[in-house]
Amino acid sequence: MSAPGDRRGAGHAAPQAAAPLLEVDGLSAAYGAVQALTEVSLQVMPGEIVTLIGANGAGKSTLLMTLCGEPKPRAGRVVLAGEDITGAPTHAIMRRGVAQSPEGRRVFPRMTVRENLLMGAEALTREDPTPQLERVFALFPRLKERLAQRGGTLSGGEQQMLAIGRALMSKPRLLLLDEPSLGLAPLVVKQIFEAIRALNAETGLTVLLVEQNAFQALRLAHRGYVLVNGRITMAGTSQDLLARPEIRAAYLGGH
Amino acid sequence: MAYALQQLINGISLGMIYGLIAVGYTMVYGIIGMINFAHGDVFMVGAFIALITALLLTAGGVLAGPAGILVMLLAAMAVTALYGWTAERVAYRPLRGSFRLAPLITAIGLSIVLQNFVQVSQGARPKPTGTLLPGGWEVMRQDGFVVQFAYTQMLIIGITLAVLAVFTVLVTRTPLGRAMRACEQDRKMAALLGIDTDRTISLTFVIGAALAAVAGTMYLLRYGVIDFYIGFLAGVKAFTAAVLGGIGSLPGAVLGGLLIGLIETFWSAYFSVQYKDVAAFSILVLTLIFLPTGLLGRQEVEKV
Repeated sequence: MSAPGDRRGAGHAAPQAAAPLLEVDGLSAAYGAVQALTEVSLQVMPGEIVTLIGANGAGKSTLLMTLCGEPKPRAGRVVLAGEDITGAPTHAIMRRGVAQSPEGRRVFPRMTVRENLLMGAEALTREDPTPQLERVFALFPRLKERLAQRGGTLSGGEQQMLAIGRALMSKPRLLLLDEPSLGLAPLVVKQIFEAIRALNAETGLTVLLVEQNAFQALRLAHRGYVLVNGRITMAGTSQDLLARPEIRAAYLGGH
Repeated sequence: MAYALQQLINGISLGMIYGLIAVGYTMVYGIIGMINFAHGDVFMVGAFIALITALLLTAGGVLAGPAGILVMLLAAMAVTALYGWTAERVAYRPLRGSFRLAPLITAIGLSIVLQNFVQVSQGARPKPTGTLLPGGWEVMRQDGFVVQFAYTQMLIIGITLAVLAVFTVLVTRTPLGRAMRACEQDRKMAALLGIDTDRTISLTFVIGAALAAVAGTMYLLRYGVIDFYIGFLAGVKAFTAAVLGGIGSLPGAVLGGLLIGLIETFWSAYFSVQYKDVAAFSILVLTLIFLPTGLLGRQEVEKV
């Protein structure tokens, strides 16, 4: 099981531009003494949905957090739209067009849905957030019904919609999604994945999706990477990965 | 009746001072989960800066009524704000992410530093200032007992309400206030939304210290005697107020301050002046036993 560094990812179905929006090169990171990521390299092209699949504890969430500047990488480079953002503070990275819907959703529990969404627009300095708010409501009408309710009182699915909606409020170029399907009913998962697909198709939003639910994720994404113990072990187009027997055995549970 | 009314006036003005200090405790706790035990000494330093400013103004022959008091207030706020920023930067920030007790011990250390610095530089003896703002309004007279609403008390209540009004607008309506509330609820997420959390924490210390300086200035104007040790007792009482109101809750801090001020005043008036501190601290003990989340606090699992 090896195809590390397959960074060309032959046969994309996604629209391609010359330069990658996100380029990660030889990234290593650790939490204290625990090595979490080892020489991870990957690319995300503008307009692509790329998924990162792997078992629990493989380092998927750590990778997303490292891209956002916390923990700081021990080695390697992160380049966003040609600009080296390695080691930049989190808030500065997020103000350069990156947004994350993190693991565990992290909705502000004592703020209303509206306040949560407006917090997402913090990075849009001095810009009226209303049009973006309307776009989020169009995507997740449920949030509009819950506008005055506190974040902590929402159901899991609604919190996930809120977390994604909040991330979209800053009009990101690159959306990082951490396990949006975790703990949700299949119908809700379908709704959320449908929304991501629609966003990508209609606005060309670039998405890096971390998922344990490999089958769903690969069906949504154009390309995928497999992370095992902090290392990329496989890369390829989604069809390619879905067809590989080792993937089917390890992640797809015989789908 | 008249006697009780007088105690009510005294209690409210004392409670306002405690409330202002308590807000600083509760803000810092809310945002980084630390009890800033040096906060009472910031109040003391504020009072000293106000006193020094008053002496300089008098020496220059320009201390005149409201303008002089305003200058004292601004000078005290500016110096303590600078102190708050520096202390956070130098003493607390390097310990963030360290074990929970580390910043607490540091705060106690800073408290000792501040007290001793003022003791050495200003002398240990109490500093009587005389009355900077004498007189008051005679509210009523009953059986020879005169109820007086002193000008200093009006000033305390007026300035505290004004400062709290500005502060409330700041917290609820401005980007800084939103950033503070976001950091308080989930600092990591706040950073993921583009908020500079270090800056937000710095400003929280700065605002808390400036509010303590307002309290210090008011204390100086009202009681006219200060020494290097006043911060300890005032600090512990304001901490009691913050716990009583519900640590982390801003309205709770003000409410707790008022209650502690009233309890202490009425206890002194009707039972025993000697035991007034016992009364205040009994409230702390009772609150911690029977109402650990305070009056306006929320039920919460201990943050780790």
